[in-house]
Amino acid sequence: MGVVIQVRVNGKTRQHEVEPRLLFVHYLRDVLGLTGTHIGCETSLCGACTVLLNGKAVKSCTLLAVQADGAEVVTIEGLAALGGNGGLHPVQEGFWEKHGLQCGYCTPGMILAAVELLQANPKPKEEEIRRALAGNLCRCTGYQHIVDAVQFAAKKMAAGKR
Amino acid sequence: MIPAAFEYHAPKSLEEALRLLNRHGSEAKLLAGGHSLLPLMKLRLAAPRCVIDLGRIHALRYIREENGRIAIGALTTHTEVLESPLLRTKCPLLPQTAWEIGDVQVRNRGTIGGSLAHADPAADYPAAVLALDAEIVAASADGTRTLRAAEFFVDMLTTALLPGEILTEVRVPVLPPGTGTAYRKLHQPASGFAIVGAAARLTLGSGGKVERVAVGLTGVAPKAYRAAAVEKALTGKKASEKLLAEAARHAVPQDVELLSDLHASAEYRKAMAVVFTRRALEDALARAQSKKR
Repeated sequence: MGVVIQVRVNGKTRQHEVEPRLLFVHYLRDVLGLTGTHIGCETSLCGACTVLLNGKAVKSCTLLAVQADGAEVVTIEGLAALGGNGGLHPVQEGFWEKHGLQCGYCTPGMILAAVELLQANPKPKEEEIRRALAGNLCRCTGYQHIVDAVQFAAKKMAAGKR
Repeated sequence: MIPAAFEYHAPKSLEEALRLLNRHGSEAKLLAGGHSLLPLMKLRLAAPRCVIDLGRIHALRYIREENGRIAIGALTTHTEVLESPLLRTKCPLLPQTAWEIGDVQVRNRGTIGGSLAHADPAADYPAAVLALDAEIVAASADGTRTLRAAEFFVDMLTTALLPGEILTEVRVPVLPPGTGTAYRKLHQPASGFAIVGAAARLTLGSGGKVERVAVGLTGVAPKAYRAAAVEKALTGKKASEKLLAEAARHAVPQDVELLSDLHASAEYRKAMAVVFTRRALEDALARAQSKKR
């Protein structure tokens, strides 16, 4: 038996009838075709599937699509629009400038978790960045360049506000 | 990893949820934040025929002061507990504990009611609610009843909730002046669950004597418990580092059945229970002393 859900994804209202057991990550990837949200561990540990749900970072593999009914969602595809300058979001730019990725698999989730951090805490200390990203695993970078990327973004966003 | 198919209900009120629960009985599972239930369903360790999603019952999401206690709605997320100015000032042990749960994403979805009702032996909140002598409110079609934290945890993944009951609220005390609290935890590095978690609450009386103390331990045994022997060894005595260390040695009583797995043997858990009890007590004491001044 299907359930009709309505979700605003990256500023666009989407409506579908879904099976209750459909995981939100599969809804994004298979129904909406937004494959930028990656499936990693599928056990709520790795954070590759992180998206913003009503502004909060959540693991979309541990969320039913029906639970997201009525929510406002941002995925990596919609993030640039949040940056407000027509180009990349400052966090994306940070990952580009500071080599915050190698294989790139964890990157969309990493970036969205970092965006939530910077919204709440625009000037995070290194330790706060590491703690905010504790739910996102990276097997390439050793994390240092990711921390650098977030610091770059924080500075850039602070400069933009002046 | 896809859950087995189920029938889905999303009631908007507690009354509607209770009616659904009565109708579907043991075939139904209650879904709150989903961070305990959904992983089990994805692994097909749970395959309920019916899922009742409590997530739309906004009336169960609050933190407010009532009659000298702080009432927390069951659907309050760990992040909301962590960020609550009311709890941070008047009952900081809960935010201190929420800070150690999982990671940001987990804290954004997981709920206090869901975590307590699931009663994972390695969950964090059980230690804190025991140390706080919290009350847990359960609603059913017949009305509500209030359970003490000490009687709530029955066994591994088993609570005193009856069929047809929904956990609706947790009540914790406003801590008196001169009280310090702390939650110290040995994380399982992959999952973030507690190999050992110790919650301490300590009130200093006149002359630096321990007026009242409570210690809750999680991760050590099939269910969280109060370390009564530790409390007894401290109460009424003048607090000192040496006294805390002596008392912490009683963290694991003889009759406790110790958990053992590939991450931590029973022997190691027992040793760490002592260490983390001591650390939690030391932090609680330091905070109690700084408030006294």
